[in-house]
Amino acid sequence: MLIRNAPDLKDCDVTDQGLYLARRQFIAGAAGLGLAACGGASPASAAPLKYSPNRMSIDENKTPLDDVTGYNNFYEFGTGKEDPAAYAKMMRSRPWTITVDGLCDRPGSVDIDELIRRFPLEERIYRMRCVEAWSMVIPWVGFPLASLIKSVGPKSSAKYVAFETLRDPRQMPGQRSAVIQWPYREGLRLDEAMNPLTLLAVGLYGQTLPNQNGAPIRLVVPWKYGFKGIKSIVRIRLTDRRPQTSWQMLAPGEYGFYGNVNPAVDHPRWSQAKERRIGEFFRRKTLPFNGYGEQVAHLYRGLDPRKLY
Amino acid sequence: MARANAARLESPAVWALCAAPLLLIFYWGFTSQLTANPVEFVLRDLGLWGLRFLCLTLAVTLLAKYANLPWLMRYRRRIGLWAFAYVALHLTVYLGAAHEFDWAEIGADIAKRPYITIGMAAFALLIPLAVTSAAAVRRRMKPRSWRALHRLVYVIAIMGVAHYFLLVKADIRSPLLYAAIVATLLGARLVASARPRKARAAG
Ligand code: HEM
Repeated sequence: MLIRNAPDLKDCDVTDQGLYLARRQFIAGAAGLGLAACGGASPASAAPLKYSPNRMSIDENKTPLDDVTGYNNFYEFGTGKEDPAAYAKMMRSRPWTITVDGLCDRPGSVDIDELIRRFPLEERIYRMRCVEAWSMVIPWVGFPLASLIKSVGPKSSAKYVAFETLRDPRQMPGQRSAVIQWPYREGLRLDEAMNPLTLLAVGLYGQTLPNQNGAPIRLVVPWKYGFKGIKSIVRIRLTDRRPQTSWQMLAPGEYGFYGNVNPAVDHPRWSQAKERRIGEFFRRKTLPFNGYGEQVAHLYRGLDPRKLY
Repeated sequence: MARANAARLESPAVWALCAAPLLLIFYWGFTSQLTANPVEFVLRDLGLWGLRFLCLTLAVTLLAKYANLPWLMRYRRRIGLWAFAYVALHLTVYLGAAHEFDWAEIGADIAKRPYITIGMAAFALLIPLAVTSAAAVRRRMKPRSWRALHRLVYVIAIMGVAHYFLLVKADIRSPLLYAAIVATLLGARLVASARPRKARAAG
């Protein structure tokens, strides 16, 4: 039941998948540099990305770029909401290598720009609901996490995906104090990771991600609270055990593994029934699964919803 | 002459310093600098200034006596009233802007969440102190009972720090700093009030 939504998990199927991908890469290459976004030189600041629109986008007013880039929780740069915008420039997001390993047939490390060339980019306008009861609407640019996972050939024993952020106190001054046990860690069940909504974002508003939003690559899981959206990822690992996640390690009574948006389950210190959409004065009602129930509620059938915070 | 002028400026200067954090909030508001989440920012800023003014109120008596700044005593009442004002505004933003006067929700919040319960109790304790600050009321009270009542400020400051500790998500450095400040002020006061008694006993 745990992996009911995960496609092609028999080991023998996976080779075909890899072949398909290799072929597609070749075609993309032959078609010219159309998909090459910002290869080569390392972009000091935002560079435009090539992407196509996607039907999973929602039709709501987007939160202005200034707010999306000026109001962040990214404790690696400090615990204030303005700290990331002030200090994230200390991080070098190019060159950047991501390691994908664990229970898969083709583990390895890949350069971020190579990765961006490998997968067609899409724009996904998603709601983002922070566990602190505020929300935004953000036009991400990225590719489905499922595409990456399929490309490395997950073994049938893989049940979870574990993620890690860069750990380097010289680039991330917030890591000089042990507010959280660094590096930041997150995790998903494999079927959650394979859900078509789950995105690896490399851009925002059509440009490469600003550092304070998790450059060069971050996770976006729109039906979960924002803390699940791990930023500046250096490692993705397939595993058969539920991974430890940072906020759960810090306060297990306040943050669960799932972190699904649920207006009926309060945070111990505040209600989750409503949220303040950034830019609006009156609060909105929070929607179960942040409004994505149709796409994801089936993943949790038979589980106690009170355990899904 | 210059001295007289300085004296005349002293009171407005203290007034302006006390009002500055509030004026700054208005200035930031008019110039769109209250961050992407103004309600949260203003709520927190006012709470922090409430706590800072409570600490200042406690510091005045000590500074007047031991740093030889007796003129500060003239402003103790005013600083204390500003502490009350910042906390009252903090509460107002909580009720009106953060919770849109949804009384059912607010009631549940006060009952369920210890940091809100403590904050509310601290505010309730501040009310009699503010009322008995009025000169007319104070005159009608016995000095001894007025002083006993106003020692509650220490309790309120401790509750403010507890409130702060309980509400932060992970970073307890700032609540720790205020805990240290309040502990120091309380400690200094205890030492100071123990000393003359000992002196008297010895004499
Ligand atoms: C003596 C009374 C009080 C003091 C000294 C005080 C002080 C503070 C301080 C220092 C903060 C944190 C600011 C920051 O994070 O930068 C704060 C936040 C807060 N206070 Fe108070 N407060 C008091 C009373 C109250 C009352 C009566 C309420 C409501 C009933 C309240 C509700 C809140 C809330 C909701 C927050 C923000 C929590 C968050 O953003 O997560 N406080 N207060």
